[in-house]
Amino acid sequence: MPDAAGCWGPEPGADAVVKAAWDALAGVMDPEIPVLSIVDLGIVRAVSADAEGRLSVALTPTYSGCPATNVIVLEAETALARAGFDARVSVVIAPPWTTDWISGAGREKLAEVGIVPPPHSGKRALTAPDEGIACPRCGSEDTRQISRFGSTACKALHACNACLEPFDVFKCH
Amino acid sequence: MSTDLKDALFGYALRLGDTSLVLGHRLSEWCGHAPELEEDIALTNVALDLVGHARMLLTYAGELEGKGRDEDRLAYRRDVFDYRNHLLVEQPNRDFGHTIVRQFLHDACAVEMYERLCASKDETLAGIAAKAVKEVRYHVRHSGDWLVRLGDGTDVSHAKVADALGRLWTYTGEMFERDEAEQALVAAGIVPDPVELKAAWTARVEAVLEDATLDRPADGWMQKGGRRGEHSEHLGYLLAEMQFLPRAYPDATW
Repeated sequence: MPDAAGCWGPEPGADAVVKAAWDALAGVMDPEIPVLSIVDLGIVRAVSADAEGRLSVALTPTYSGCPATNVIVLEAETALARAGFDARVSVVIAPPWTTDWISGAGREKLAEVGIVPPPHSGKRALTAPDEGIACPRCGSEDTRQISRFGSTACKALHACNACLEPFDVFKCH
Repeated sequence: MSTDLKDALFGYALRLGDTSLVLGHRLSEWCGHAPELEEDIALTNVALDLVGHARMLLTYAGELEGKGRDEDRLAYRRDVFDYRNHLLVEQPNRDFGHTIVRQFLHDACAVEMYERLCASKDETLAGIAAKAVKEVRYHVRHSGDWLVRLGDGTDVSHAKVADALGRLWTYTGEMFERDEAEQALVAAGIVPDPVELKAAWTARVEAVLEDATLDRPADGWMQKGGRRGEHSEHLGYLLAEMQFLPRAYPDATW
């Protein structure tokens, strides 16, 4: 889970190679929501180095069918190679990704570009109510859902009844 | 794991994978044709999730089989007789109402199945289920809401979904069919009991049908054959389109 400041990163006491790898991964942006890095998104699950400094990185997909997963793996490999690492990137599916893993910084970045960050899921993943979501432009809670499925698998489309603007909501997952 | 149990699990993973793949492909046929833009996006998003589930399940099936077949090999190099999907999901889209009825009957079963598979003693299957169940919960909410909206809508929409329900009901029995191989998996705590699954599915379906003001069709004679590779005429056309490129250009890569 993210640390107290809501950030993902190496375990305390991790060696310099692992720390540098996390830094390189923090520069890889999600291709569909380019304000978020893959570290912000909480999909970097593990980074470890063997005695020769070879890296193993585990990533997890957001949605099973997310078309961005292959691109993300490729970009992570490229970023690590550019930073001089000999790295192997693999995809793991368990435990399954949840929007609760989006870092505090990531949630702020989403809000800044007008995407409502996901409600914390508890046990209600994807069944949280659609009402009472505040408009990111005018703040009104008088909003409605237009479409359960939005411009990417992870978002739904809502609209504000007060200022009439449509906006994206990151779905609770 | 014994060889028999492994073979049974291969068959089970293949059936689930094929069912997801065929339904995912069917839904993708709506791309650019749905009655409204939001639904076009919704149906294709559901299709993406299903193809994602198929990839995980077919990859696992290939590992269990141990003959070096990966997800692509299983998806693209098998003909109709080797497919193990439920007959329900290969039925053509027809109209939007028909698609929604087919989707809801499937989703209601899939969500109950994946909820239970999360507790499977097979770690890989449990991992796939934990991933898939979150998405399927969203799907069943969507198809269920549409079924209520159409069933409890206009005379025309009611008539269309009632007709679809009558056509498709005969394909629902197969989802809960039991055979020896599956019984062994149930006994080993790897897959849910089809009897329990059917009871949960029935309760879920009946509640939505009531809201939709639709009558539950009587359980008459049920179609079957999917798990033996005996399919309706529709699957061949679907595979011909889905497999065209890898068949025409074997081993093509991006």
